[in-house]
Amino acid sequence: MALLEIRNVTRRFGDFTAVDDVSLSIGAAEFFTLLGPSGCGKTTLLRMIAGFDQPDGGQILLDGRDMAGVPPEGRNIHTVFQSYALFPHMTVEQNIAFPLQMAKCPDDQIKPRVREALEDVSLQGKEKRYPNELSGGQKQRVALARALVNRPKLLLLDEPLAALDAKLKERMQLELISLQKEIGVTFVYVTHDQEEALALSHRIAVMNLGRVEQLDQPAQIYSFPKNRFVADFIGECNILECGVATNVDGVATLELDGLGSVQATGANGATPGSRGALALRPEKIAIARDLPPTDCVNRFNGKVHDYLYTGDVTLYIVEVQSGHRLEVMLPNNAVGRSSKFFEPGDAVQVGWRDDAGHYLAD
Amino acid sequence: MSTRAQKWLVSGPPLVYLLVFFAIPTLIMLLASFQYPGEYGGLAPLFGTGDPDELSGLTFESYQRFFGDAIYLGLFFKSFLYATATTLFCLLLAYPLALLITRSPKKYRDLLVLLVILPFWSNFLIRIYAWMIILGPQSLFAKGFNGFVGLFGIGPLPLLFSPIAVLIGLVYVHLPFMVLPLYANLEKHDPALLDAAQDLGASSWRRFWRITFPLSLPGVYAGSALVFIPALGIFAIPDILGGTDGILVGNLIKQQFLDSRDWPFGSVLSMILTLLAILFVGLAAWFARRK
Repeated sequence: MALLEIRNVTRRFGDFTAVDDVSLSIGAAEFFTLLGPSGCGKTTLLRMIAGFDQPDGGQILLDGRDMAGVPPEGRNIHTVFQSYALFPHMTVEQNIAFPLQMAKCPDDQIKPRVREALEDVSLQGKEKRYPNELSGGQKQRVALARALVNRPKLLLLDEPLAALDAKLKERMQLELISLQKEIGVTFVYVTHDQEEALALSHRIAVMNLGRVEQLDQPAQIYSFPKNRFVADFIGECNILECGVATNVDGVATLELDGLGSVQATGANGATPGSRGALALRPEKIAIARDLPPTDCVNRFNGKVHDYLYTGDVTLYIVEVQSGHRLEVMLPNNAVGRSSKFFEPGDAVQVGWRDDAGHYLAD
Repeated sequence: MSTRAQKWLVSGPPLVYLLVFFAIPTLIMLLASFQYPGEYGGLAPLFGTGDPDELSGLTFESYQRFFGDAIYLGLFFKSFLYATATTLFCLLLAYPLALLITRSPKKYRDLLVLLVILPFWSNFLIRIYAWMIILGPQSLFAKGFNGFVGLFGIGPLPLLFSPIAVLIGLVYVHLPFMVLPLYANLEKHDPALLDAAQDLGASSWRRFWRITFPLSLPGVYAGSALVFIPALGIFAIPDILGGTDGILVGNLIKQQFLDSRDWPFGSVLSMILTLLAILFVGLAAWFARRK
């Protein structure tokens, strides 16, 4: 049985439907992420799970028990807030002891459990500090320790890493993964950062306009997006509008608008005569002055329009014959390379294998 | 202009103001408290003309008089009790009010704060005289009150010219000085803290006592100082509402300067009152700064 069961939950604010008939089922010890742009309803859904907001329709069940009418303080669910919401007048130790005291934990057990929680987040020695004496990362850890100290069934995390700088964020991501694995509490994580979602989660629900667009494992979501929204929102993606010419056992010939015919395998949904789009990740497209003839079945001549150098990779914007532009990613992995391969205006060839793209039916 | 000159430009006028209207008068008062009273009121001269019948110079006489008669210390103690009770009642009334204003929709908050300070728009004495009418024996309020206590076989009690009237007047006048600092404090609290406390299992009662109240303590101390100190020295309210037995230290000081014309003794009382006020401000500040 699923730990958390969300059945047809809807929440409206006036005319605006923030959460629209969402159903999800989250298992024990799962790291589950609600991913979407701001306003997609992910935070509203989180607040309903925590009990701060009530659904207008549908049910939320925790361990099979309907949570309707159960206030936040009565749910065995804790939240890590985006602002951390540490109590400024309490020390680290007192902050972490707070949920234990609320749960009427015997006094003699509080100290050892607080110490254990501090060890979980490697903050030993900071017991007597006040929140304003801590760095952003340390506050984050205290918030985590406080929310986890009495082992809730479910931990909700509302964009907890949004306020940290990139380096610290990466370290905290790694720590979150190992912490979750170690204590085995179910995490429901809300973020708008798709890289973070891919890095952390067992499963991701991509949300848009109050609905779940796709629910799957990170690699599946990245490689096989279900529709244009998911393809576009997760990572960089070329979305090429096309019509389907033929389809023989999933090997389709697609007529890309303004580009011409290409081959695509695995296009099971492509019915000849219908329209759709080919989603093509920039790193799946090869770029060279002269592409070796054997490599790619689909190839076009083009001209470098512009590029973005980001250190590890360079993203080239290539204008293909007919004025269409493709984003092509090239790793900067050649020995001794210190700058890019191509300059704007250079004539290049781009190409991809028939299994590089993913067909999206309309 | 150098930053030093800028600093003096900004802090100079208030410094001069405090020097002229606080420090120098206090020093004059300190000096006066050690002088002899003049033959026809006021102060005897500091430097005499040599006439053996004339009093002049400095003396501890007024201080000896103050500490020699328990009635004066008793009056200070009585004033202290009134000021403490006023502070407590103001706190009990002002806290829920300030909390209510903080939790009301943003568009009404300014209006509610305006209502709190609205009484300042009419004269202080007029408002106290209005209480004379409200508490007077013929008023609906007094009749209703006595009708109610009559049910328990008590009364009828005279409300006006009683300690209750003085306390009502004191609480009424000082209430805004408690509400405003409390509101200023409560309004700044991060609502996420209460969400977090609730999320971590705290009932509304415990959210108040563990989060809201401790965080509001600086406001409580500030409001208490703003109420306690003026309440300690006030004379108009006991004068008007207190009747013959209702006098407090403030009334005694007023009497010494205006009726008995014994300036040195009035100065002694004022100095002791000022010292007590400084002591309480110091205590409040020390409490507020403590974690």
